[in-house]
Amino acid sequence: MNTFLHDWGLAVITFLPLVGAAVMMAIPRAEEQLQKIVALVASTAALAVGIWILAEFDYDRAGSMQFEINRRWIEIIHSRFSMGVDGIALPLLILTVAIIPLCVIYSWNHIPSPGNAKAFLILILILETGVIGSFVAHDLILFFVFFEIVLLPMYFLIGVWGGEQRQYAAIKFFLYTLFGSALMIVAFLALFWLSGANSFDMTELHNAARVPGALSNTAQVLIFGGMFVGFAIKVPMFPFHTWLPDAHTQAPTVGSVILAALLLKLGTYGFVRIAIGIMPSYASHKWAPVLVVLSTIGIIYGALGCLAQTDMKRLIAFSSVAHMGFTMLGISTLTDFGINAAIFGMVAHGLITGMLFFVAGSMKERYHTLELKRLGGLLVSAPKMGWILGFCSMASLGLPGLAGFWGEFPAILAAYNPAEGLSKALFRTCMVIAAIGTVFAAGYLLWMFQRTSFGTPKDEFADDPHITDVSRPEWIAWTPLLISIVLFGFLPGLMFDVTNPAVKIVAAAAGIGG
Amino acid sequence: MGGLIAAAGWAPPAMDWHALAPEVILAAGICVLILVDVVLLERGKAFASAISGLVLLAAVVPLLTLAVSDDTSRSLFGGAYVVDRSALLLKALFIISGYVTVLLSTNYVAEGEYWESEYYTLLLSSVLGMSVISSSRDLIGIFIAFELLSIPSYMIAAWRKRDTRSQEAGFKYFLMGVFATSVLLYGMSLLYGASGSTLLSKIGETVESGRATPAVGLAILFVLIGFGFKISAVPFHSWAPDTYEGAPTPVTAFLSVASKSAGFVAILNFVFYCFIQNSSATDVVVPVVFVLSALSMTVGNLIALKQDNVVRMLAYSGIGQAGFILAPLVVAHDRLSDALPSIVVYLVIYSAMNLGAFGVVIAAARKTRSAEISSMNGMLQWAPGLTVLMSVFMASLIGIPPIGGWYAKFSVWRSLLQGATGWSYALAVLIAINTAIAAAYYLRVTKAMWFEEANDGDVTPVDVPPSLRLALAITVVATLLFGIVPSLLTDAAAVPLALGH
Repeated sequence: MNTFLHDWGLAVITFLPLVGAAVMMAIPRAEEQLQKIVALVASTAALAVGIWILAEFDYDRAGSMQFEINRRWIEIIHSRFSMGVDGIALPLLILTVAIIPLCVIYSWNHIPSPGNAKAFLILILILETGVIGSFVAHDLILFFVFFEIVLLPMYFLIGVWGGEQRQYAAIKFFLYTLFGSALMIVAFLALFWLSGANSFDMTELHNAARVPGALSNTAQVLIFGGMFVGFAIKVPMFPFHTWLPDAHTQAPTVGSVILAALLLKLGTYGFVRIAIGIMPSYASHKWAPVLVVLSTIGIIYGALGCLAQTDMKRLIAFSSVAHMGFTMLGISTLTDFGINAAIFGMVAHGLITGMLFFVAGSMKERYHTLELKRLGGLLVSAPKMGWILGFCSMASLGLPGLAGFWGEFPAILAAYNPAEGLSKALFRTCMVIAAIGTVFAAGYLLWMFQRTSFGTPKDEFADDPHITDVSRPEWIAWTPLLISIVLFGFLPGLMFDVTNPAVKIVAAAAGIGG
Repeated sequence: MGGLIAAAGWAPPAMDWHALAPEVILAAGICVLILVDVVLLERGKAFASAISGLVLLAAVVPLLTLAVSDDTSRSLFGGAYVVDRSALLLKALFIISGYVTVLLSTNYVAEGEYWESEYYTLLLSSVLGMSVISSSRDLIGIFIAFELLSIPSYMIAAWRKRDTRSQEAGFKYFLMGVFATSVLLYGMSLLYGASGSTLLSKIGETVESGRATPAVGLAILFVLIGFGFKISAVPFHSWAPDTYEGAPTPVTAFLSVASKSAGFVAILNFVFYCFIQNSSATDVVVPVVFVLSALSMTVGNLIALKQDNVVRMLAYSGIGQAGFILAPLVVAHDRLSDALPSIVVYLVIYSAMNLGAFGVVIAAARKTRSAEISSMNGMLQWAPGLTVLMSVFMASLIGIPPIGGWYAKFSVWRSLLQGATGWSYALAVLIAINTAIAAAYYLRVTKAMWFEEANDGDVTPVDVPPSLRLALAITVVATLLFGIVPSLLTDAAAVPLALGH
């Protein structure tokens, strides 16, 4: 059995959700209960395989690719079906397989209008396949294919089940991302031809790109630029972030959760694994100042954006821009310290902001509005949910002892001492500004918590019987996330130990040590 | 008589019947159809569609046996007719496209009170012409095949004879087609005059030797323009939208896929056998192709944005796609082994996804009696299966992995970037921009189907007859399969050409 896992485990975990989606397509739409069960079984099965991989993973070799698959795929373009997982991909893989079943459970009684559980859940499962595949692909073309699979289901999730402005948000999301991927694939192709690797395998490209004289400095910078646009849109980094508030605000709750927890991570993961992981250090060093400046602007801009919002969901969306700014700040230092922090930050942001969107969605269902000035007194009308919101806000602002802290604080710290060859003055300036950003974060999150939860409920909702406390599916979906936030807050080593060996290799490959 | 022939030293050419079997079967099938119509009269109508379907399937059999036989490059009639693996792949494309068209037509023609057996006779004749043009390596062969595939299509474009728009469609198509033919013929006669031979390979030698360059340059221009009408490349595209909208929808599907591919095949034969071996010819081909390609994709896509009718939108999108398909020709002279397969791959995938899209339009129109995009509103509620299929085809046309179209576009991109000339980089960038433009209008269709409410709340399901189901199944399987496992297609298309390069 174990050899099977080592030979095929990643293919199984990638395609299990797709099999579930295929089964669901064969079941008539009227059998709604059955549809939900199949979706739950498929996503839980993927989770089970994920846990099994977690158990079988060789932590002493966390720096190297494991569970490798390498099969013939498209011979003529030298692209192979090659997958693998190392310390960087493992946490994100597990995050993905854990979040989706929780989303399915949350959807049990919450299929947003206009209904149609079948289509809704099928799209989520297809989405899961795309995200898992992107995290485990070890071939650029395969990565690209999975990266794009994500696009359509999300477009439909936003466009069909979203809010008032859903069509605008859906098309904006789609076109933005498509534009980014077009430049990205051109960069991939240029890398392929110019490096002379004759393969799209990430390791081989990495080696070929380092042969002296293989890539001119200009080519390096341009190729990195193409990748930068593709990934920066996905992250999203300032100034490519404008699709995010619309998409987040309009998406159905589960869509927002998946978007925040998983989809944004594809961008940052791409930076670590592909842009910095493959390109020679010259390109990374040329682009690092751009990254650090843009992420610092993102941190401040996101925070100021939050303070200007009147809608709770939009506020959380802008906080994502700020948080992903911290992640990118860590990455831009090109040190193992910073990149470790970034990966921790990705997972922490996935857990925390995912939770915030869950709570916001549940509140929207009860209040039918998320306008901050109409909300208030959540702690009175639904105390448990109020406390959960408070807990998540604390986690999100980076309270020590909760997961958010370990993504933010080390990232800022890393900027004090960026990789050799990068301007210390610039990075330290950005560090100071980013640190101020954390104060803003505390400001807007506490402000949001205060506006929604303190005081007494507004008259219109004072005796509203719809405002009930946390329901059972909500408890089941949320408890694992809440526990993880505390667990990783107290024992950050759980993740740092896994990511560190792999990150060291990436950081060393960028031509620098930690 | 026999003595006379012997005295003239004439011997009948050696016939390779195996190589000719697909065409023979098609020709025999056409005769059977006519006979059935003449003998059984009204009663024969019921069999016409079935017979033509069977004939087309029967014609696939020799293609398979030829593909597995040892002799994969057969040359007949002194090199005027060549059956190699790329010709086989293209014949398979035409015959299977023809089969899908028959499936799309079955209910449409039977329920519309049109002439039935004549329709199928003409359709098969057109497919026969396409099959011949894939193998022709001779001016006369190409011309006859080209007319054989064109003339029947003028007639079936006007098949909805009680509708003036259909008459306009056929007439416009006919006039433009005849004009194109005359331009083409002029180009061909110049080529013959310059080289003294009708064989493409002989003409290629003359072109290579650099003799008579001005005449050859003019000839190349005329030939490209002549076929440019067929593939509806801008600025020779003006017939396409009106013809597509007015013609019966299955015929439109056929024109936009098979007929267009045939035009491309003819261009490929000319470019690869005549024009690429000499730098002065390349000097003509590359700029002309660049202009045609850049204009087609940009103009086609921009006008498609404004369309409210699905069929017209697909017509303009087909013009845009023609620009993509032409693009690799600008690097053909030094990237032959990449440019040709990428065009063939594109044609195959384009045919599958476009036929599929038309199939859905035909199926949906059975309920809505309309081809307006707004008539597809709320299709998710009244035809979820068709909605998913159409979304797959639209996603494929945009080029989203892992659905077929991505690989087509990718392979074009790949050969352009590999070619690494100023022309090719410019086209690669244009394709990137046009992909984003095209996404906007393809998404309008998905938007109507998924996001809008059904018109008047009418959610009665649509009845899709079995033949249409089969057509949709064939096209969706092909579209998905070629996207997920492109090597199925590339292995067949990447055959080195018997060119002596």
